[in-house]
Amino acid sequence: MPSLKDLRNRIASVKATQKITKAMQMVAAAKLRRAQSAAEAARPYAERMDDVLANLATALGGQDGASPLMVGTGRDDVHLLVICSSERGLCGGFNTSIVRLAKTRIRELQTAGKKVKILCVGKKGHDQLKREFATMIIDVVDLREIKRVGFENAQAIGTQVLDLFENGEFDVCTLFYARFQSIISQIPTDLQIVPASPPEAGGDASDSNSAYEYEPDESEILADLLPRNVSVQIFRALLENAASEQGARMSAMDNATRNAGEMIDGLTLQYNRSRQAQITKELIEIISGAEAL
Amino acid sequence: MAEAFQFELVSPEKLLMSEAVEQVVVPGSEGDFAILKGHAPVMSTLKPGVVEIQINDKDQTRIFVRGGFAEAGPDRLTILAEKAIPLDELDADALTQEIQNAEEDVNDAKSDEVRDKAQTQLDRLKELQVSL
Repeated sequence: MPSLKDLRNRIASVKATQKITKAMQMVAAAKLRRAQSAAEAARPYAERMDDVLANLATALGGQDGASPLMVGTGRDDVHLLVICSSERGLCGGFNTSIVRLAKTRIRELQTAGKKVKILCVGKKGHDQLKREFATMIIDVVDLREIKRVGFENAQAIGTQVLDLFENGEFDVCTLFYARFQSIISQIPTDLQIVPASPPEAGGDASDSNSAYEYEPDESEILADLLPRNVSVQIFRALLENAASEQGARMSAMDNATRNAGEMIDGLTLQYNRSRQAQITKELIEIISGAEAL
Repeated sequence: MAEAFQFELVSPEKLLMSEAVEQVVVPGSEGDFAILKGHAPVMSTLKPGVVEIQINDKDQTRIFVRGGFAEAGPDRLTILAEKAIPLDELDADALTQEIQNAEEDVNDAKSDEVRDKAQTQLDRLKELQVSL
């Protein structure tokens, strides 16, 4: 049976923890709003890019000599997995669920006899992956210093991926990130970026059929556009990931605050009961002492 | 007065502009060209330069773009810019920074082809600096 003082201390410490989790929840909510608007602001660019690529793909459809970024190297022996995770913890199962999806994929590829290389973006994913797959990790991108993900950051990762591709280091590149659906649900997603998964032909049939003039010619535009598309996809993933992270943290901290509240209630009850018991005990002692006289 | 058409300027980070305009001068990589309503569909890559947007008879906006891509149709024009800065916010320092970056690109280039491209970008930026 803990003493009254012990109980008081525990209640105070849980209360302090609750304050922290509450503050973190509010910070995450503010950051989430910002991350969400950034993700929304980036959407038009990516959508237009998809449209243009779809147009070009139809225009160039089935031609020989298309860029390997579009059609692949013709092999799928070496897979590069770009795994985006967060830099900070305390965000519930956010990182674990991304890593779990990636691990399943790695095992599948390994049983199929493929070679796997991993590029980690974010520290937390790397921490979890290096226990098992340390030898496959080729690099870790650190975004800790960056408060707000800019296109430059995505471009830096994109360039790295493209360099590896040009040097023939891999055949297929897949991006892992958590798609933001709502505050309580973030869906770990994999997206193949090299070779580009064919963007769906525009719903507007007249649009994709219109005869465009190209300046310079189609293949040159495509050669210019495809590397950029890689960066855009990575950028989009990073933004979605940032929003998801804050969402996950918000709900995790909300839970923590609630649990702390329940714990405080329980402890207070226990504290009051033992206080009452002690008073009763003292009274009995005094009364029985008086009776004995 | 020219008829208006829908113009959109998007950078990866945000939608910078979406309005009805009369004429846009685009710095295409094969030369500048102006787009009016009813233009034949065209797709072109951009070189670093200034997009001149004539919103109506009075208002005009000039925006600096660093590479990108333009897609025009009879009643719309979309510019996907890698980087876009309104000209009044672009000062000499920012441009010097851009030039420095471009110079680094030239030095870092691994193949002649890449170096050529970087060099053209650099030249173009220098031209721009002179003209401002």
